[in-house]
Amino acid sequence: MNRVRAEGAVQSRARFSDRYHAWLRHHRLSAADSLQRVLDNLVSSLMTWLVIGIALALPVGLDVALDNVTELSTGWDSPSQISLFMEEGVSSEQARALAGQIRARDDVDDVLFVSREDALAEFSALSGFADVLASLEDNPLPNLLLVTPAPSADEDGTSGLRAQLAANPDVAEAVLDMEWLQRLNSLMELSRRLVMAIGALLVLGVVLILGNTIRLAIENRREEIVIVKLVGGSNPFVRRPFLYTGLWYGVGGGLSAALLVSLSLWFLSAPVADLAALYQSDFVLRGLGLMGALNLLILGGLLGLAGAWLAVSRHLAAIQPR
Amino acid sequence: MISFERVSKRYAEGHDALREVSFDIARDELVFLTGHSGAGKSTLMRLIMLMDRATRGMVSVDGIDLARVPNRSIPAHRRDIGVVFQNHQLLFDRPVFDNVALPLIIAGYDYREIGRRVRAALDKVGLLKRERAMPVTLSGGEQQRVGIARAVVGKPKILLADEPTGNLDPALSAEIMQLFEEFNQVGVTVLIASHDLALISRLRHRIITLREGRLVTGGGL
Repeated sequence: MNRVRAEGAVQSRARFSDRYHAWLRHHRLSAADSLQRVLDNLVSSLMTWLVIGIALALPVGLDVALDNVTELSTGWDSPSQISLFMEEGVSSEQARALAGQIRARDDVDDVLFVSREDALAEFSALSGFADVLASLEDNPLPNLLLVTPAPSADEDGTSGLRAQLAANPDVAEAVLDMEWLQRLNSLMELSRRLVMAIGALLVLGVVLILGNTIRLAIENRREEIVIVKLVGGSNPFVRRPFLYTGLWYGVGGGLSAALLVSLSLWFLSAPVADLAALYQSDFVLRGLGLMGALNLLILGGLLGLAGAWLAVSRHLAAIQPR
Repeated sequence: MISFERVSKRYAEGHDALREVSFDIARDELVFLTGHSGAGKSTLMRLIMLMDRATRGMVSVDGIDLARVPNRSIPAHRRDIGVVFQNHQLLFDRPVFDNVALPLIIAGYDYREIGRRVRAALDKVGLLKRERAMPVTLSGGEQQRVGIARAVVGKPKILLADEPTGNLDPALSAEIMQLFEEFNQVGVTVLIASHDLALISRLRHRIITLREGRLVTGGGL
């Protein structure tokens, strides 16, 4: 009894490994056959790849652009600065004295004094209104103190400092330069959400496009599916080539998206470098990177599989030999 | 090997395709199935292949009651049966070799075994030299022989043929029938649906006749 059992176990194990090899063989065959079919119809496959590529490149490209803007703005993030505009009657000496007082505070790192003459000179040099400004009788600009809070100061501390400094009678106005940065940051957050929403919609679009492409492929091979089912092909067997077709379309789409994004960045890199040079910045556009491109390929492949699965599960079971 | 016990099949639209049909086919038999078109020949074949299920009665194949075969086991059931169709049902975008190899690929044989078996089957039907040909370049008789090679390549226990000589001239038809007789002689149970009475009555095998879904002759062994 024991012996029979042992033999039975060996036999079923052998059968399992046979089945595993057969399964592996059919996967290889389906993958190669599907790829061959995709390449045989190169023009229509290229169009599919491009459609998916464009749909994926749009959110990915926007995301890369946002990353670049974020990187650019992190340089300005801290320390923030408080600009103190003096009252008109306050002389340079008084302003300098005030600067000394403020500098002595614990919550202040540094104070830079910009006299109204220096400010006018800088303004006329940068603005190009030198002639107009020279014709003015009076210098319209006030004296200015640029206060840098201590690095340990948080947002509330900086706001408190601004309020205290604004209370000084010599100070006409105290402006916290961080406000525009906060606006920029919330704008960036909004853009990021928008990109995510657009991305989600386009990803859904890609799945539907691929689903439809696979549905057409299924329709085209309807007779073949019937024959395969007649001679004993199981549903997974019939499904496999179509899943691979979806995978190839998706991976190709991911590849074309990576190419499109890289191409656009390359196209933009020269003007961006010029612009950065004008601002004395060594900012360089950052691209997708190898990992980013790889992730796009994987994402494309997964979307392809999802689309194919959608089409296959809806349409394949309906095809039965009649 | 194949047994029908008071089998009826009524289609959804209310048409009775088979009524109380009973017969047994033994393992070593070759049986012809005849009757006018619409008499129920195709329905009977479809029940054996589980393309349809009986409304009443029991169909069993190789001792297994087909009502007990779940849907997911239908492919495995079909792999045990070789089928030849009147309209050949070949894959027209694949060469002869790939068409014949299909059941073996489905069953998961390795490539060397597939090559060996496909060539043996093609040799048997006399098409060994045409293995790279596309089906459209073959004559009707040759296409039918490709279909037969595909049906027998997996060494099934049962061979079903639905009007295998439907569009062939008498000489070719006789050749095809002789092929089926040869398979029967090596132990394959063969059931051939045909309305070519002149041909099948010459061949001295049991003939089951259906008329309007009822079995008229040939039920007993």
